[in-house]
Amino acid sequence: MIKGYSYTKAADINDQSKYYEMTPGGVIGESGTARLTKTGEWRTVTPVFIADKCKQCLLCVPVCPDVAIPVKDGKRGEFDLEYCKGCGICANVCPFDAIEFGKEGK
Amino acid sequence: MSIRERLSGNEAIAYCLKQINPDVMGAFPITPSTEIPQYFSAYVANGEVDTEFVAVESEHSAMSCCIGAEAAGARAVTATSSCGLALMWEMLYIAASCRLPITLACVNRTLSGPININNDHSDSMGARDAGWIQIYAENNQEAYDNMCMAMRIGEHPDVMLPVMVCQDGFITSHAIENIELLEDEKVKAFVGEYKPAEYLLHPDHPVAMGPYDTQPYYYEHKYQQVIAMENAKEVIANVFKEFGEMSGRKYDFIEKYMMDDAEEAIVIIGSSAGTAKEAVKRLRAEGKKVGLIKLRVFRPFPAAQIVEALKGVKVVAIMDKADSFNANGGPLFEEVCTSLIGEENIPKVVNYIYGIGGRDVSVETIEEVFTNLDEILKTGNVGQKYRHIGVRGL
Repeated sequence: MIKGYSYTKAADINDQSKYYEMTPGGVIGESGTARLTKTGEWRTVTPVFIADKCKQCLLCVPVCPDVAIPVKDGKRGEFDLEYCKGCGICANVCPFDAIEFGKEGK
Repeated sequence: MSIRERLSGNEAIAYCLKQINPDVMGAFPITPSTEIPQYFSAYVANGEVDTEFVAVESEHSAMSCCIGAEAAGARAVTATSSCGLALMWEMLYIAASCRLPITLACVNRTLSGPININNDHSDSMGARDAGWIQIYAENNQEAYDNMCMAMRIGEHPDVMLPVMVCQDGFITSHAIENIELLEDEKVKAFVGEYKPAEYLLHPDHPVAMGPYDTQPYYYEHKYQQVIAMENAKEVIANVFKEFGEMSGRKYDFIEKYMMDDAEEAIVIIGSSAGTAKEAVKRLRAEGKKVGLIKLRVFRPFPAAQIVEALKGVKVVAIMDKADSFNANGGPLFEEVCTSLIGEENIPKVVNYIYGIGGRDVSVETIEEVFTNLDEILKTGNVGQKYRHIGVRGL
């Protein structure tokens, strides 16, 4: 196999890369690269995590389209708002009303 | 020894695909391309190919299926016409920009409306800026040969672009003509296996495909497509040459017919070139210095070859089997004119829209074009450049 774009990681490309340094079709030689792109500023509504109501069922974790719900030692923590776009899916799946959504700044 | 047969254009394409034995076909029936997946599905059912045939619910899904398969590392093919191609529109761009060398057998049919199932080039001409390579056939033999060559072009590492193999609906797709087929082993050896360097399902080198491409990146990726299309010129030339050595049938981007010393010429695409050759032959017998240029490859556009072929020609008619509705001229006309700009001693150029929606194109139609070119040559006056031939009342 020739050495090609699967060896080009997301961190190898930046907004100064020349066209010939970039991969065809924007292919990235790894997965899970959303962490490099902080999209929290897109958000207009903000989730609030109510720890008292949370039973740590973790249903909210896999439905997050980004990486806004950190999990450590089998337990979810506070939202990482650098990645949350405010889509609200987590609040929708939560059976215990442990996630509330308010307008940004509230 | 090659195999002498009698096949329609659709049969020829299906037979060629059987010989190639692609990994996946995703297809949805639409006149006049329906027979291609129909014949091919019989090969699948009879166990003559290993292809995974995906009977999708629309052409949008057919192209999506091919995109998924090709991204996963498989060789994917499809066939469509007219509104089917139009329904693929969005995905045509995805295929090209993701650099997935899918092969599409396009059986040219006009676009509705009013609804019409017959031939013109408005479907594939509409898709001319989607980033696909486009090769057109005059007859079933060319359709077969172009399909044999398509994957070698698209899958070349310097290209990696999808290829549309076009033939004229009904005129070529359904008319049964003599054809010389190649032996299975020759086709398989020529086309080879598809072994992409990298793909989505590679166990050792996982990749992410089709990511969101923001302003700092998108333009560079589109420029890479520009380079790929430029690279395709050399790759196509080499594949044509190699195919010629293997089959004895020599092809080029354009075919020149009686162009030596020609003062009047027409530039034309597809099956009508056969009709037009007969008109040229008759006029030559009368001592008229006329010739024909048949365009075989529309994307990438062979500007240099056309300029070269038109050297010495005094007046040329560009024949478009698709209208642009821009009140200025058809797509081939515009590209030829663009190619000529800045060149020395360029001919007078006139555009004819013809054969729309299956309107018959006869030898006499082409003779009428040459009569009009005679007039331009004699008077030096081009007059209306954008003309329609064959419309009642004109």
